[in-house]
Amino acid sequence: MRRLMRLRWNSALIVGGILTAILIATALLSLVWTPEVPTRVRIALRLKAPLEAGLLGTDHFGRDVTSLLMVGAWNSLAIAWPAVLLGAAIGTAIGCAAAAWKGIADEIAMRVSDVVFAFPAVLSAIMIGALVGSGPLAAILAIAVFNIPVFARVTRGVALQVWTLDYIAAARALGKHPLRITWEDVMPNIAGALIVQVTIQLALAILTEAGLSYLGLGVRPPNPSWGRMLSDAQTYLSRAPHLAIAPGIAIALSVLGLNLLGDGLRDALDPTLRGRSTTA
Amino acid sequence: MSKRFLAAALLLSVSFAPAYAAKTSLVVGMPIEPPGLDPTVAAPVAIREVTWANLYEGLVRIDRNGKVQPLLAKSWEISPDGLTYTFRLQEGVKFHDGTTFDSADVKFAFDRARAPTSTNAQKQIFAPIDAIETPDPQTVVIKLKETSGNFLYYLGWGDAVIVAPETAENNKANPVGTGPFKFKSWTRGDRVELTRNPDYWQKDKIKLDSVTFRFISDAQAQVAALRAGDVDAFPNLGAPELFTEFQKDKRFSAVAGNTEGEIVAGMNNAKKPFDDVRVRRALMHAIDRKALIEGAYSGFGQPIGSFFSPNNPAFVDMTSVIPYDTAKAKALLAEAGYGNGLSITIKSPQMAYASRSAELIAAMLSEVGVDMKIIPTEFPAKWIEEVFKNKDYDVTIVAHTEPLDIDIFARDNYYFNYKNDKFKALIAEAAKTTDEKARYAKYAEAQKILAEDVPALFLFQLPKLGVWNAKLKGMWENSPVPANDVTEVSWTE
Repeated sequence: MRRLMRLRWNSALIVGGILTAILIATALLSLVWTPEVPTRVRIALRLKAPLEAGLLGTDHFGRDVTSLLMVGAWNSLAIAWPAVLLGAAIGTAIGCAAAAWKGIADEIAMRVSDVVFAFPAVLSAIMIGALVGSGPLAAILAIAVFNIPVFARVTRGVALQVWTLDYIAAARALGKHPLRITWEDVMPNIAGALIVQVTIQLALAILTEAGLSYLGLGVRPPNPSWGRMLSDAQTYLSRAPHLAIAPGIAIALSVLGLNLLGDGLRDALDPTLRGRSTTA
Repeated sequence: MSKRFLAAALLLSVSFAPAYAAKTSLVVGMPIEPPGLDPTVAAPVAIREVTWANLYEGLVRIDRNGKVQPLLAKSWEISPDGLTYTFRLQEGVKFHDGTTFDSADVKFAFDRARAPTSTNAQKQIFAPIDAIETPDPQTVVIKLKETSGNFLYYLGWGDAVIVAPETAENNKANPVGTGPFKFKSWTRGDRVELTRNPDYWQKDKIKLDSVTFRFISDAQAQVAALRAGDVDAFPNLGAPELFTEFQKDKRFSAVAGNTEGEIVAGMNNAKKPFDDVRVRRALMHAIDRKALIEGAYSGFGQPIGSFFSPNNPAFVDMTSVIPYDTAKAKALLAEAGYGNGLSITIKSPQMAYASRSAELIAAMLSEVGVDMKIIPTEFPAKWIEEVFKNKDYDVTIVAHTEPLDIDIFARDNYYFNYKNDKFKALIAEAAKTTDEKARYAKYAEAQKILAEDVPALFLFQLPKLGVWNAKLKGMWENSPVPANDVTEVSWTE
């Protein structure tokens, strides 16, 4: 916590932080207020250009695009957050265990990670969708599964370094249990790297959720989703390009914001890592 | 220099070469792949859209104007009492496997279709048949138990095409008929290829050498395929919002015609709360058909209030029987005990008209306190299994594209689970009535019963938005029967 207070501010951190704050604020605001009821169909107002009806115009059912985007932001985060946290929790546990016990446990954990890593999120979403039925739950599980090996690898990498330090050797010599060492000594030292990874993975998760909803595997209609807004906009591209541009920009800015935040946090938390890629 | 000139000349000659010989191949795009290629054993329209008139032929056919024309039967006589039909068959007709077509094949095909084990989707066609006699190879005599007003017309449908006893069992995967095109190959998920039948009995009429049906479900991909020339014709474009652009484009003919398809949101009439007519009426009152057509189909399509095609002379406009009226909808729901809200689901297949309509209907129903969840499903396979066979649904939405199919509401065990004995008797009577005026009157009464009883939410008539290369001639502008009949199609240069 003290390290977070001593953040070294940099431009990536500031821009990323602002963009991410806007994203989260919009999502939270949508829970209590949107300019229009996002699911309200107004056929008379269909396919209106931005400012003709509402700030960002209306879609093919006359729904207000601004309101759809706001609720879409919430839906996006509502899938991305639990998915990444679930993936991070399981992945971190596996990574810590691999680093603590090494040997055969390490080998098995890493090879299994390789296998899981080989499946793209879309493919695992289709498989999970077949098991639990397509919908938000399938999307969350699919993104979580895809995140497990990422966090397992990152955690193992940094945790292995920590395990070579003198005070860990001392703790071991005193007969401290590996689980306690992991919790009390290793975790605080790898938390920074994990926070950075969470922001990066959140960006990826938002992108994946949009992709899954685009394919009809994520949030169900009529609940708005950026990905489905894009897919609905396809056939109207020539008549109403704003329908594709608006969710496109929303996705791009959110992903950019979270990535910048991740980079900025990494530089701020650990200057020795400056310039190194944090994506797994 | 001269080399470069030569190369340029060569290039020019190559690029102009195709203009001299008229093209004889045709690629037709379809939104849905058929589950098999035998129209006599299953209902999906896509089967007919590939095979009818192209691969298989019936005794008679329906022409582009909806009229009955002779085909494998060159003429027929009907006895004065309307119970005996004597067909004289064409001579020299061969099936694609080389066997000869004769009266025994007709008897086989019809007996197969009306057998108790048959899965023919339109058994009512054959229900009036008492006996089929074959006095000689060129003559078929069909005796009816009772008069049938639509008998000849029905024989023109895909369900009544003539198949051969030697090959009928394999027609699903390897179709053999008497038509102008033979089956060549089927790449699942992609295309069915047909090639010219060199022994066709009217081969001089056929201009094309090969026909390929490509299956492209995504509307944007359909448009891209047309623009790129990968597909020459899309008789039923899935994206009405893009249709207007083709209307402006000189390279294409874009024709908005009529289909026989009624888009209805069928309800499970045996299941609560849909067993209560007040609930069904309330849902109908909650739907603004005009707005629905505008939102779901860019304004193409005619609102319907019952289950009858506006193209049919017996059509009566029933949209005013249960008009859009949210106050009445709420009152009826309250009366039925759902004043505090109602939660239902709709199984919506992937077709754009269906998923868009489902979303709009859900929005309209939410205005009267009905929460309708949308469950996506796949047409045809998954939908047939879940909805059509197992009746595991609340509400669903599909277009019923068979012509004159009001009798589906009179069928036992059809997916609506609708039971109305009065309606059933009326439809049976109408079918028996040979006098046209009297038959139309009965159909009008039947339309009224459905409009008032609302076994399904009657939405709108599916338009046929056809787009094809401007150089193509002979495509159908309307679909009086579900078909992509290419027997009269040719390229103009």
